[in-house]
Amino acid sequence: MAYEKPVPTIDAESAHYWNGAKEQKLMIQRCKKTGKCFLYSRRLAPDVDDSQVEWFQASGKGEIYSYTVARRPAGPAFKADVPYVIASITLEEGARILTNVVTDDPDSLKIGQKVEVFFDKVSDDLTIPKFKVVG
Amino acid sequence: MSRQPCIVGVADVPIEGGKVRPGTTVLSMQRDAAHEALAQAGLTLKDVDGLAVAGMWGMPGPGAMMPVLLTEYLGIEFPKWLDGTNVGGSAFVLHAGHAYEMIKAGVCDTVLILYGSMQRTDASRSLGGRPALFSNQFDMVAGLPTPVGAYSMAAHRHFHEYGSSPETLAEIAVSTRAWAALNPAATYRDPITIDDVLNSTPITDPLHLLDCCLVTDGGGCVVMTTEERAKDLKTKPVYVLGHGESATHSNINYMPDMARLEVAERSSAAAYRMAGRSAKDMDLAMIYDSFTITVLLTLEALGLCGRGEGKDFVKGQRTAPGGEFPLNTNGGGLSYCHPGMYGIFTMIEAARQLWGICGDRQVNNVKNAICHGTGGVLSSGGTVILSTEKD
Repeated sequence: MAYEKPVPTIDAESAHYWNGAKEQKLMIQRCKKTGKCFLYSRRLAPDVDDSQVEWFQASGKGEIYSYTVARRPAGPAFKADVPYVIASITLEEGARILTNVVTDDPDSLKIGQKVEVFFDKVSDDLTIPKFKVVG
Repeated sequence: MSRQPCIVGVADVPIEGGKVRPGTTVLSMQRDAAHEALAQAGLTLKDVDGLAVAGMWGMPGPGAMMPVLLTEYLGIEFPKWLDGTNVGGSAFVLHAGHAYEMIKAGVCDTVLILYGSMQRTDASRSLGGRPALFSNQFDMVAGLPTPVGAYSMAAHRHFHEYGSSPETLAEIAVSTRAWAALNPAATYRDPITIDDVLNSTPITDPLHLLDCCLVTDGGGCVVMTTEERAKDLKTKPVYVLGHGESATHSNINYMPDMARLEVAERSSAAAYRMAGRSAKDMDLAMIYDSFTITVLLTLEALGLCGRGEGKDFVKGQRTAPGGEFPLNTNGGGLSYCHPGMYGIFTMIEAARQLWGICGDRQVNNVKNAICHGTGGVLSSGGTVILSTEKD
């Protein structure tokens, strides 16, 4: 069956992330000057240009910064998933990533809980990094 | 010539059951609101030499050219100032700040701030369906119901850091409804209880249906001019004493601290400084209440209480009619109306309170009011401070 949920409009600044996901890698960016890590064109240093930013593979480990449990879907394509969890995860490297935490027990989730990445291949063209609770 | 900018007329579009009357268009409601607001002051469209507008109508992108289309539609001859700043529901409060500077500088004299929306009639709102572009390419793919899911994440983070709770948020919904009960123009006027809020349909944890703003049509107009021009007019000037604006993120994931509304801290600090006023001078706060959590975060950011103290500030219906601090006296976006971009109504109600024409919901001895608009997902903010007194 065709994938009916929204697909990202991949641009030159996010292509590494989505291409990395296809290879089961969580790719994020790092400022070579400050060492700060980020995702999606967050420079975190006003004087940094493209030449000083590098992509690298993150550990895929992090903790829940905040989250919500959707009791109503973001459109019909998500209806069957309700309730599902959307979270902002602080990765070990310091970058924050917006993603799903996939769990059978959304009511048990807590801020600060440890999570790790897995890769959900939803079509030949798209693999989505998602997270699950550790332990 | 001080050219002190002031508000001299306001109007909001009548709605019934959340909808404008049949035969209305998104342009005609703005014309009607402009006529009413100008007439309140004793002005006509001939006096207008600048306009600002934001909205979600017309063709997307630059095609709509809202200020230009309204110049044509209203028949304003060669306006000297146009502002189409469209940064979410806060936009109109930013417009007032921009108008302040333009009027003060002598660029223009009498300006309109305009808004119209038929989102309820057009059934154009949904929790999904936004383009998965730029920083939104991650949350749209994850199925974040928007904007409510983003505000829900901020609420969870605030609970975590400061010990606020669903009951804290329910206090805000209940007190706002109590104000709406006193406003004949409000969409929902029947009283609700804390339990009603907590037992209403869960949308995105921890927010329930009654934590969320309405989805209605609506629109309005604010007329600003100079103090000198206001001398001949029918209304007493409501002075705009200070303004400020800022923005941080477009996507909630990039909000620096989800438990703290730093845009409002910055914009209000600028406004207080310019006005020579502080939070303790404020007799009324009109805070954009897209969701109950928006109010909690904004109360703290405006310095009306300390950071993390919002839960005590709203506890026990302190902000309801008869309480210690009047907040959102028109019934807010939660119970009065919410056409998608509510910011203009904060100024409309504050002006009416300062004129003392609010009937059953009139607050005694209001001299200073703070209006704060939030846009996007806690993304942008604009503050103005209004007063009956110039000094």
